Amino acid sequence: MNVLIDRFDVFAGGFWLTFQICVLAAIGALVLGAVVAVLRISPVPPLRALGTAYVTVFRNMPLTVVMFFAAFGLPVLGSNADFLRIPVLDQVFTRLGTDLPYFRFALIALVLYTAAFVCEALRSGVNAVSPGQAEAARAIGMTFTQNLRFVVLPQSWKACIVPLGSVIIAMIKNSALIGFFGVVGDLSQSADQLTSAEGFAFVPVAIGISIGYLIMTVPLGALLDRIERRQAVAAR
Amino acid sequence: MTDEALIDLVGVNKWFGPLHVLQDVDLSVARGEVVVVIGPSGSGKSTLCRSINRLEPIDSGSIIFDGQPLPAEGKALAKLRSEVGMVFQSFNLFAHKTILQNVMLGPVKVRKEKTAVVRERALSLLERVGIASQAEKYPAQLSGGQQQRVAIARALAMQPKALLFDEPTSALDPEMVGEVLDVMTSLAKEGMTMVVVTHEMGFARHAANRVVFMADGQLVEQAPPAEFFANPQSDRAKDFLSKILTH
Repeated sequence: MNVLIDRFDVFAGGFWLTFQICVLAAIGALVLGAVVAVLRISPVPPLRALGTAYVTVFRNMPLTVVMFFAAFGLPVLGSNADFLRIPVLDQVFTRLGTDLPYFRFALIALVLYTAAFVCEALRSGVNAVSPGQAEAARAIGMTFTQNLRFVVLPQSWKACIVPLGSVIIAMIKNSALIGFFGVVGDLSQSADQLTSAEGFAFVPVAIGISIGYLIMTVPLGALLDRIERRQAVAAR
Repeated sequence: MTDEALIDLVGVNKWFGPLHVLQDVDLSVARGEVVVVIGPSGSGKSTLCRSINRLEPIDSGSIIFDGQPLPAEGKALAKLRSEVGMVFQSFNLFAHKTILQNVMLGPVKVRKEKTAVVRERALSLLERVGIASQAEKYPAQLSGGQQQRVAIARALAMQPKALLFDEPTSALDPEMVGEVLDVMTSLAKEGMTMVVVTHEMGFARHAANRVVFMADGQLVEQAPPAEFFANPQSDRAKDFLSKILTH
C-alpha cells in the first residue's frame, strides 16, 4: 500500500485533472442540456424534432463511441476544438489552452453525451408540474417563454434537482473513459501509469483511484440526500 | 342584450381521434350576454368553452372574437388570450406564488403595467371577491371556494372583454359552491360577457340570458332560461332535465 503515499503526486495530479474536466463538463452539459430541453418542450414541431433527435442519438450511443468520434471525427472535420480555448478560462484550466487538443476533445464528448441525460432530467421536472399551471399561464396571455420563466421552471427545479444530481454523479464516473485519449492523464489513467509503466501492484493502486472518485461523488450524493429530505418536509 | 356579437362561432368542428366532439357548432354571444352551456358529460361543453381562447384548437370552422378571427399561434394568440379571462374547474392558481402575486402576475408580466397600479387593482379585486385578508397566503392554504374566487380575481385583473368558466364549481364542496356563484352572479349583473359551462341549474335559471343545451357534440337547443326549463323542445333536453331535476 506504500504506493498511495510514495506516489501521492500521481494520484493527486490525476484527481486534479479529473476534477477539472468534471467541473467544465458539468457546466457545459447543464447549459446544453437546458437548451435541448427547451427544444423538446417547445411548441414548434421542427424544434421539438431536433431536440428529440439529439436525445435519441446521444442517449443511445455508448460514451466510448462518442469519444472516438470526438477524437477522430473532429480532426477530420478540420477542428481541434480551439473554440474551447476561452480567454481567462484557459488560464484557470490550463489544459484547455495546451496545444494537444485531447483534453478539449474529451470535454466535448463528455458534454455532448451528458447533455442528453441532463435534458431528460430537466424535462421530468417540467412534466412534474401539473399541466393546469401552464394552461392557466397561457390563458392569461403568457407567451411560451414567459410561461416557462415565471410559472413552469420555478416549480420544476424541485422535482429535477435529485435526478440531475444523479446524472452528474454518473458523469463523474463516466469521465474515467477519457483515459482513451492516452495523453490526458486523468485519475483512472494513473492506474495505467503506475501498474504497467512503474510495476506497482494493481489492487492498492485501484483502491487509491477509487478513493479519488469517492471524494468527488460521495459529498455530492450526501448533498442530494439532504436536499431531498428538506423537500419532503417542505411538501407538507 | 345588444345585437353586436363579441364571440361568434361558425361551423366549428373538432375531433379527438375518431371522436367527433364538436359537430358543426354555431354559437354567437353578444356583448354583455351571459350564456350558460349545459348538457350531459362528454357532450363537448368544456371543449367548446376551451376552443374560444384556443386552448383547444379546432379542426374546421371559424371563431371570431371582437371582430377578429382567432390567431393560430404566437404573440397574436397570446394577446387575444389576455383579453379573454378563463376560470378552470381545478382553479389552477400558480402554486409557487402568493394570492396577491397570482392576481398581479398577468397585468405586470403580460401587460407590462406598473406594479403599484396593478397592486392597488389586485387588492381591490381581492376585496371584491372577499379574500383581501388572505393576500399573502399561498393557494394551498386556502379552501377550494376561496381558491376559485382568487382565480376569478386573477382573470378580472386582466380587465378582459369576456370571461369563460369551465365548470367552475364542479370541484368544490357543496358548501362552497354558493360563494363562487355569488361572485359570478354579481359579475353577470354588471354586464360582463360570460360563457359558463356548469351543472348549476339554479345559476342558469337566475343569472343566464340564454341557456345552450349540448349533447353528443351538437348544440341541440338554445333558449332563455325560463323558456328552456319550463318547456324544452328536444327529446334529448327533456330527458336530461328529467334526470337532473327529479332529485
